[in-house]
Amino acid sequence: MFADFDFDVIIRSLPYLFYDGMTFTLMLTALATCGGIIFGTLLAMMRLSGLAPLSLLAGGYVNLMRAVPLVLVIFWFYFLVPFIGQWVTGASRPIQVGAFASSLVTFTLFEAAYFAEIMRAGIQSIRRGQVQAAQAVGMTYLQTMGYIVLPQAFRNMLPVLLTQTIVLFQDTSLVYVLSITDFLGAASKVAQRDGRLVEMYLFAALVYFVISFVASLLVRRLQRRVAIIH
Amino acid sequence: MNYNWNWGIFFQTSPDGVHTYLETLLMGTGWTLATALSAWCVALAMGSLIGVIRTTPNPWLVRLGNAYVELFRNIPLLVQMFLWYFVLPELLPTALGDWLKQLPDASFYTAVVSLGFYTSARVAEQVRAGILSLARGQGWAALALGLTPAQAYVYVLLPMAYRVILPPLTSEFLNIIKNSAVALTIGLMELTARARAMQEFSFQVFEAFTAATVIYIVINIVVTFGMRWVERRTAVPGFIGAAPAAAAH
Amino acid sequence: MITLSKVSKWYPNFQVLNQCSTEVAKGEVVVVCGPSGSGKSTLIKCVNGLEPFQEGTITVAGISLNDPKTDLPKLRARIGMVFQHFELFPHLTVMRNLELAQIKVLGRSRDEAAAKGMRLLERVGLSAHARKYPGELSGGQQQRVAIARALAMDPIAMLFDEPTSALDPEMINEVLDVMVALAKDGMTMMVVTHEMGFARRVAQRVVFMDRGQIVEDAPTAEFFGKPRSERAQVFLSKILQH
Repeated sequence: MFADFDFDVIIRSLPYLFYDGMTFTLMLTALATCGGIIFGTLLAMMRLSGLAPLSLLAGGYVNLMRAVPLVLVIFWFYFLVPFIGQWVTGASRPIQVGAFASSLVTFTLFEAAYFAEIMRAGIQSIRRGQVQAAQAVGMTYLQTMGYIVLPQAFRNMLPVLLTQTIVLFQDTSLVYVLSITDFLGAASKVAQRDGRLVEMYLFAALVYFVISFVASLLVRRLQRRVAIIH
Repeated sequence: MNYNWNWGIFFQTSPDGVHTYLETLLMGTGWTLATALSAWCVALAMGSLIGVIRTTPNPWLVRLGNAYVELFRNIPLLVQMFLWYFVLPELLPTALGDWLKQLPDASFYTAVVSLGFYTSARVAEQVRAGILSLARGQGWAALALGLTPAQAYVYVLLPMAYRVILPPLTSEFLNIIKNSAVALTIGLMELTARARAMQEFSFQVFEAFTAATVIYIVINIVVTFGMRWVERRTAVPGFIGAAPAAAAH
Repeated sequence: MITLSKVSKWYPNFQVLNQCSTEVAKGEVVVVCGPSGSGKSTLIKCVNGLEPFQEGTITVAGISLNDPKTDLPKLRARIGMVFQHFELFPHLTVMRNLELAQIKVLGRSRDEAAAKGMRLLERVGLSAHARKYPGELSGGQQQRVAIARALAMDPIAMLFDEPTSALDPEMINEVLDVMVALAKDGMTMMVVTHEMGFARRVAQRVVFMDRGQIVEDAPTAEFFGKPRSERAQVFLSKILQH
């Protein structure tokens, strides 16, 4: 079964896999996480704002994103982003956007819906007394959110946010459907070029596993540390 | 915007010469639902088993269950599908491997197995949480009557645990429906694949993807309302959080 | 009927039971009392094997709990247990609660089990509630059903773990009345409780525990009249205030 397992193909392609593939994956993960959390927090605030139009708009967006597969959203934005670029910049034809830019927009906007639900739970978990205390000293809504509510909500939900980041990290593999060269894409290209599917896919699975598993262990340790402080 | 809208495209014949585009989308929907439901059976069965063994007092069983969950949760679904579809046939004895490669509808079976195991890890987490949320006394009461541990799980613990975890299980079911789209990478012609095919052949990008989006939303709504009906039907009278308590004090 | 001999149980950092020895003869009613944390709940759960123990022996009707060949479920079917929090199965009706173990463990037919269940419900005064769910009953009613559920197995002995501690005061008596009737019918009973009135009415002996040890084990009258140990005296003076 493993008689002619070719370790060499893995070793030879390590630079390509990691310099080209993994950097794409990690950059996309990091940037989409930041963007997603920022936009998600905004969506959560809109939903909890009490102003019906904002609340409905944000709610509708979140429910829409959560009802459809990520693969479909990837296709959507692949075709949509050039048109949006054209509309935004007033150009005469759809703008050519690179694979990275298109993916970044897709993942930021998609994962924002999931981050929004996490932040919403976080904001709602802050005792009303905190908000009242802030208002009692004269803080505005934005000051209350910015100095009192959001910092606490963020800290409380940090483990969940990090877990969602790990999910995002795994989700990035789906850019495969556009033949984009992320880590899986790179492994796949080597596999097909050299006819070594078994070695490359097993290696890819191993790498994803190690990174996700170690990350989740760190999150669990963080969770225990935070629990003690509380 | 330089895009020609043509909503009539749905009624034009697709390249296969037989079906309209709308019909191909509906056929794709059929495959989506078939894959999701079959995979859900696998996920529930394996997930319940693993969830239960993680609540037993035997440390080796618990470790086995934990390892199972960690394995299927830390590898992306797409990679898992590739392993089942491309790698497994190569690792099996040649005769078995060749038979697998030539199986008609291989992508369907692979998708069901792959999706089933992937989701079973998440179901296992929820079943475990559900069982642990029950008062310890329930287990003791069942054992005190002389029920074996297996009987205690089947007749006392699991019936209540499932009711408790109906909401997260509903979420998982919706996830399985969405995740079935990943199988387009191994050739399953489910809904998203059909929409993509329609886009490629007709160039009516937004019509195709809008239709797929609408269908997913409809499925989502039907499942959500369906599960709420199930929740109401299975609610235990007087149990906190389930049905309204009929006061008989 | 029930014999405990030098039973000890400990966790890595502390000892729950320390060389506990006592006996309950056939038809006897023994009350186990003591302050919280004295280990009385743990002790009674050792008798039907719900809690394992590291040292000592326990035998019930000649069957030893230490013997690896002992069929625990079979033994447990012959010993009835009533819990502090009733622990009726919430997803089953009262009748199904009574029938379940009869059918699955004793192999009785549905009709047999239902008939037995009905007779027991009448005995505890709750036959009108057979089709209800536990959540629809009061605490006192649930506990009486729990007693009926244990009796449905035709046990040779009954164990009670603080059966009235989770009840509102006005419901305690309805449960105690059932237990008194049971005792008068000759059931072998081991009862962990704070209800000293019950002890005085039907218990032959009182076992007093403190910090994992059996400190005093005496006939009822002697225990209440002239407790020998100082800890028992302190305990009695505190709880007999009301």
